[in-house]
Amino acid sequence: MTLLQIFFAYFATMMTVLSVLVVTRKNPVHSVLLMLFLFVHIAGLYLFLNAEFLAAIQIIIYAGAILILFLFVIMLLNLRKEETENRFQKQWQFALGAGAVLVIFFIMIVSKITVFPPLGEYSIEAIQSEGAMMTIGTVLYTRYLLPFEIASLVLLVAIIGAVVLAKRRIQ
Amino acid sequence: MVPLSWYIILSAVMFSIGVFGFLARRNLIIIFMSVELMLNAVNVSFVAFSHYLQSINGQIMVFFIITVAAAEAAIGLAILIAFYKNNPTVNSDEINLLKG
Repeated sequence: MTLLQIFFAYFATMMTVLSVLVVTRKNPVHSVLLMLFLFVHIAGLYLFLNAEFLAAIQIIIYAGAILILFLFVIMLLNLRKEETENRFQKQWQFALGAGAVLVIFFIMIVSKITVFPPLGEYSIEAIQSEGAMMTIGTVLYTRYLLPFEIASLVLLVAIIGAVVLAKRRIQ
Repeated sequence: MVPLSWYIILSAVMFSIGVFGFLARRNLIIIFMSVELMLNAVNVSFVAFSHYLQSINGQIMVFFIITVAAAEAAIGLAILIAFYKNNPTVNSDEINLLKG
């Protein structure tokens, strides 16, 4: 096992264990904190894959905004730990079966792809010569300008929708 | 050298755990977090392909997926808060007003 493979094995093991813990905790605050730990590991994996900008974006947006939103909602709804109720639905065995079928399907079929499209021109050296952020910025503002503007509209709709849905109605 | 199939298997395992959490939990907050887990699994797959096929499109796609996931989490939680004012529960099997 080379050093790279040992690093990847650490990241993969931690990500699997943390995701299992996230979906099985009784206390939703524990789930959110474990998910924060998971997102930091995902950002580490992005650094491993030569995507430094995405690693920073992952931590800033997911860990810094979305999880804070989850924590605020948990605090606002005043959710207690589910002490006596069931965590899982009545038919959780079917969910386990569905997840198992899905993972077996993916491992047996999708991971054995052998025919790839021809390699692009953004090799590691080409990205590192300009810097990851410069490369993404150049492509994002020239070739993907329309999706960028549409993403800004999506965020505008989300802001307006969230305010309208959650505001207090003065009777 | 880490083969690409390892990244795909990791993404598949995370996605399946997200599917299990989405289908098996009662708490709506945990269900939302399982959706975010599934989106992150797909992000890992996109970035891995972007690295191994020497393309930048995977990273751009992840950029947009993170944007849409943030918007969807905000609106989903706003809907949950709006619903909680009428019926103070977050368990999905107690939300059954339309049940025949």
